[in-house]
Amino acid sequence: MDGALVRPPGTRAGLSVEGVSVAYPNGHLALRDASFSLQPGTVCGLVGVNGSGKSTLFKAIMGLVRPSAGQVRIGGEKVQAALKRNLVAYVPQAEEVDWSFPVGVRDVVMMGRYGHMNMLRIPRAADRQAVDAALARVGMLDLAERQIGELSGGQRKRVFLARALAQGGELLLLDEPFTGVDVTTEDAIVELLTQLRDEGRIILVSTHNLGSVPTFCDHVVLVNRTVLAAGPTPEVFTGPNLLRAFGGALRQHSLPEQAKAHAPLEAGHVVVLSDDERPLVMAPDGRVLGRLTQDL
Amino acid sequence: MSELLIPFEYDYMLRAMGIAGLVGAVAGLLSCYVVLKGWSLMGDALSHAIVPGVVLAWLGGIPFAIGAFASGMLAALAMAGLRGRTPIREDAVIGVVFTGFFGLGLFLLSLFPSNVRLQTIIFGNVLGIADADIIQMAIIACVVALALGIWGRDLMLSLFDPVQLVAAGGNPGHMRILLLMLLAATAVAGLQAVGAVLVIGMLVTPGATAYLLADRFGRMAAIATFIGASTGLVGAYASYFLDGSTGGSIVALQAAIFVAVLVFAPKHGIRATRRAAAKAVGTPA
Repeated sequence: MDGALVRPPGTRAGLSVEGVSVAYPNGHLALRDASFSLQPGTVCGLVGVNGSGKSTLFKAIMGLVRPSAGQVRIGGEKVQAALKRNLVAYVPQAEEVDWSFPVGVRDVVMMGRYGHMNMLRIPRAADRQAVDAALARVGMLDLAERQIGELSGGQRKRVFLARALAQGGELLLLDEPFTGVDVTTEDAIVELLTQLRDEGRIILVSTHNLGSVPTFCDHVVLVNRTVLAAGPTPEVFTGPNLLRAFGGALRQHSLPEQAKAHAPLEAGHVVVLSDDERPLVMAPDGRVLGRLTQDL
Repeated sequence: MSELLIPFEYDYMLRAMGIAGLVGAVAGLLSCYVVLKGWSLMGDALSHAIVPGVVLAWLGGIPFAIGAFASGMLAALAMAGLRGRTPIREDAVIGVVFTGFFGLGLFLLSLFPSNVRLQTIIFGNVLGIADADIIQMAIIACVVALALGIWGRDLMLSLFDPVQLVAAGGNPGHMRILLLMLLAATAVAGLQAVGAVLVIGMLVTPGATAYLLADRFGRMAAIATFIGASTGLVGAYASYFLDGSTGGSIVALQAAIFVAVLVFAPKHGIRATRRAAAKAVGTPA
């Protein structure tokens, strides 16, 4: 039996980011004293403007950049040890993938099993079963023999989700999973993430899709060069906090009257906040009402 | 007809065809990684940068492969060291370093103009190489093939999605160093087959050709290896009759195959893509 597939009870991996600062060699301080922690069984949205340090935070959690201060612990372990134990799975942004690379759908999903294989990376029966199961779970078994460039936007996303499933990590990082996908695919992804949460995993989603955040994230981390606020969605994902995180970068439309671009939330107005993607609609008291499915 | 079999009657021809085929096969396999990494210029740089090492190794009386490999690694280090420490773009850094090394090599070479063996480093002379050199080339080729057998999948993953390699507990930085070392080693082996100037052809063309023919890495690698092996063998064979440069005939043959594939490849060839485009807009091709 593959030890990585069967988790001994009581080894659920929490994520803690403790006072992490990241400075790049050119002296740019991308992140200062960022702290938050997540318990197993959480879907957490990572929200902030471009250049706010979201991707730096992702890189620090994956061990791609070394924090100049602070530390990241996954299941109580250092990042490198957690990676060796296959605890961390990741789904890249669609723009970062070379879709003309000569690999098929099944090959990509099999890459999720590399950490479970020996040095030569020769798949065993357990690896093939995990790949088939993952492909079936995202509904891509029929397309397993396609070259990845022959897939639609939504199918492409599913392939990389299947890869993360096949790997079976405790912590799943998704970078902008909703960019360029239709509503059907988005709903399917959200459904899958909810299932994974119920299995006790931690899912950390970096997203611009503000309107969807309250519908599937239990927790939110607001980032702007540091962690501005972190905690349960109803407490953190509020109008004032969002304005603090986004400042003037957010498009804000108050109804019925159009508010001035940088005006603070005005009493008595329904507010629509939009950061590129599906806008968020808030009640006059800052409660989240829902989302618009069409951009303004 | 029997005239065509004459090359097979000479030991030196058999050895030349054998070693050219072996080095061609390994260079062809490696060329897949080079093409997918986008390192054609880096390969060219390394193959030129090994020349001063060869000259110094000969002067010092040590095996040429050791000097060449050391020289190539030194150039790679110089390029890696300059990258990120200066505002100069990477292609300019590569250009400066490799021409610097190559120039130094040519200068050293000009100090000892009578040495034919050194001249063959630049242009290759697979028909006239010593047994000791053949053994060196064969060992290098086998080591490179073995390394790709062991780390090939990780290397491929580091090209496709380096972050996933990290997630699997691997290290893309190590893979980068591995590819550099394999490139330098293969360039050393290719030296005597086709010469320092043309070895980059063997390290790029088969992979580029196979890329047009295959949608899976395994097939691409098999096709590139086959092209490398067969052109090495045929090129060495042909040079017996043409009495010309073996390196030239091997690399020219590879280029000819590339052009044919570029036009006629069933899916990614120019004709096929044109037909597909015509079909998409609904006009007959």
